[in-house]
Amino acid sequence: MAKRVALTGNEAVALAMKQINPDVVAAYPITPQTDIVQYFASFVADGQVSSQFVRVESEHSAMSATIGASAAGARAMTATSSQGLALMHEMLHIASSYRLPIVMPVVNRALSGPINIHCDHSDTMNARDTGWLHLYCEDVQEAYDNTFIAMRIAEHPDLLLPVMVCYDGFIISHSLENLIIEDDEVVRKFVGEYKPDRYLLDAANPYTVGPLALYDYFFEHKRQQAEAMFGAKRVVAEVSEAYARATGRGYGFLAPYRMDDAEVAIVVIGSTAGTARTAVDQLRRDGIKAGLVKIRVFRPAPVEEIVAALNPLKAVAVMDRADSFAGFGGPLFSEVRSWLYGRTGVPMANFIYGLGGRDVVVKDVLAVYEHLGKLAAGKAGPEIVHYLGVRE
Amino acid sequence: MNTAANGWRDLPRGAAILKAGNAREYQTGDWRTERPVWNPEKCIHCLFCWVYCPDATIIVKDGKMVGIDYEHCKGCGICAAECPKRVTAIEMIKESEAAAAAKQGQGGGC
Repeated sequence: MAKRVALTGNEAVALAMKQINPDVVAAYPITPQTDIVQYFASFVADGQVSSQFVRVESEHSAMSATIGASAAGARAMTATSSQGLALMHEMLHIASSYRLPIVMPVVNRALSGPINIHCDHSDTMNARDTGWLHLYCEDVQEAYDNTFIAMRIAEHPDLLLPVMVCYDGFIISHSLENLIIEDDEVVRKFVGEYKPDRYLLDAANPYTVGPLALYDYFFEHKRQQAEAMFGAKRVVAEVSEAYARATGRGYGFLAPYRMDDAEVAIVVIGSTAGTARTAVDQLRRDGIKAGLVKIRVFRPAPVEEIVAALNPLKAVAVMDRADSFAGFGGPLFSEVRSWLYGRTGVPMANFIYGLGGRDVVVKDVLAVYEHLGKLAAGKAGPEIVHYLGVRE
Repeated sequence: MNTAANGWRDLPRGAAILKAGNAREYQTGDWRTERPVWNPEKCIHCLFCWVYCPDATIIVKDGKMVGIDYEHCKGCGICAAECPKRVTAIEMIKESEAAAAAKQGQGGGC
């Protein structure tokens, strides 16, 4: 029987990894991911999993060892945060281009500098073009559930791509929340046994992983990789529906909130969605038709879903917990605006917030909706990019 | 560009090469700007060249050096550098010189 317990985000994700019982985990500790590695190492030491745990000397090695294990035919996992993800960066591209179904929880933390250990999304947004799928979680339950969903998505024979399960450092990773955990049999049956169609330890069928491909073949390989991501949406939808059937908890690409008759809306990723929902309820009581769209699946890009959710509206704000330093707003804003291009003429604004763990409370989100009211009425200034909660 | 090669739909997933031992088919010898020329008269068969060659292009039979695999030798010159100084059984010459010598029918090594 599924049961209700209180766990931190990292405890819940470590438990999910224990229930998956992967063949290999190669990981290096980094705040705020540390206790995933710590808990998993104790599961290994106590014989609660049969996983081979590889203690590596860096995240570059963690991802390299995970790639090696996956290519060998193992179900392989790792986990990281911030600088660790940045140190893995070149290997992230290797994992996706060789189509290795690795699952990696990433506990979102600001990238240096200045050095900081708290939440923002600059680490995973920096990895948005590495060819991995990105699932973002709002709370501990979603982090737990997405870990299983990610495993089955990654290993789906039609896909075979690595998946990041991203959740907010400290806000989710270290907060104790009430969640439902599933029996081992339920989640093991859902994840299933990993049966790679080819693997390097299959000595009877030797083949090459990681060859050189120059101008005569490289482009075709990248085109094929792009096609895998084009097809990923079908797999994500199918697996998410299967999880809903297995556990009763379903997740879409987006989680729209009070959008049916909304006139203005915020697009947000991660734990701030919960804060924003409270703001929406407050505005609704005042008669303001406010709505909210939380993005759960960022890669593959939920283009049609966003177009459907945000059309028609009078004004939209995209909240970015990262800056891209492009001289034009954050990464999520650039993406969402591009997804909507030609599909709606809705005026849009970008709010960059919460960098380095700066707290975001209901009144901050209300200020965004207040700006949306002006934008909808054509009374906002020409500024498109705003910084929310920063001292002037 | 090899326009007769497979399109992206026909390539194995993840850039894998499913046929093992295929490196032999990739003839890297045409990368060469200089070629090692082996003089069997001088060679003492110490096999330093065989040990040091990074491309396994020194052909050895029954413990003796018998020639160089020019289809794969990239002309790095390590064999000539490692050949003992009192022996110098391998010398590097420019490929252009080797081609000119071949034209005049003088041969240019193996």
